[in-house]
Amino acid sequence: MHSKKKIFFQGIIDVLPHMLSVIPFGIITGAIGIDLGFDPILVYATSLIIFGGASQIIFLQLLSGGASSLVAVTSVGVINSRHLLYGAVLSEYLDKLSFIKKLIISYFIVDQGFAESNKYLKNNKTQSNSHYHILGTGITLWFFWQLATISGIVLGSFIPEELGLKFAIPLTFLAIVVNDIRKLDHVFVMLVSGFASLILFDAPFKSYIILSPIVALLAAFIMIKIKK
Amino acid sequence: MSWISIIASGIITYFSRMAMIALIDREMLGTKVKDVLNYVPAAVFPAIIFPGVFFNDFGNMVELTDPKIYGAIVALTVGFYSRNVIATIISGLLSYWFIIFFLLK
Repeated sequence: MHSKKKIFFQGIIDVLPHMLSVIPFGIITGAIGIDLGFDPILVYATSLIIFGGASQIIFLQLLSGGASSLVAVTSVGVINSRHLLYGAVLSEYLDKLSFIKKLIISYFIVDQGFAESNKYLKNNKTQSNSHYHILGTGITLWFFWQLATISGIVLGSFIPEELGLKFAIPLTFLAIVVNDIRKLDHVFVMLVSGFASLILFDAPFKSYIILSPIVALLAAFIMIKIKK
Repeated sequence: MSWISIIASGIITYFSRMAMIALIDREMLGTKVKDVLNYVPAAVFPAIIFPGVFFNDFGNMVELTDPKIYGAIVALTVGFYSRNVIATIISGLLSYWFIIFFLLK
């Protein structure tokens, strides 16, 4: 039997390595908002209300560049629509929870948290209270994201740009999927997604972020059909 | 206007997180859909990784000799054998820094 507390802490431990990329990215996000000339409170509000890394930067860049609100909001919606896929995967483990608990947990669904919790939940399918793992990863990411963006807002971009720390973002996601390159079917889906993203990169509203996964999932669907 | 945009973006983002968890009944998804959902991590994350490695800040494709590509290859190799997130990220960053600060200087 695993206690709720133990599962929650397991979630914290599982996601903590990703802070290597989340913290610099948060600092950069906060600093960019100030550089673009926005009110500090408004920049921070994006972390609290939108709470979605890349989408916050693009949102602020579009607004400061004179794009209409509609374009900015649409872009955020398109970029963040990938959460629908995370929700569809996680719903298997959250089925039995009350509606209120589902609403609370939903706020904390983030890329790295989804990835690490999904691995844990797959390996502990019969265990009760496993949703505490999602809370552990999600609240950890939330806490460090708020702290990092506030640091960037207050202190400015104190990380030298020459370090190229933006490169930590692809690396953190590479660390998530690298184990799956042992499975050929997953490698196939990854390559379809990766090449689709390069081809679709210039599609409007940054839609390559959701279009590439859709193309890759269609490829997965066809692959499953052929295998059967 | 900015505040209204933030709140609208927040509502849309929260909806994207909540919809499949709280509004959709799991039974509505067929077994075929559930099989495909196994591939969500493989389908989503490369679409973030590839542009981050193969495009520069201006959205142009980098050359095949770009330090980011070598960094990614090192991270991929270290990650494959170590199965460790910290080792993967650090090895990628260190090899990237080694190239841009020592080899290209």
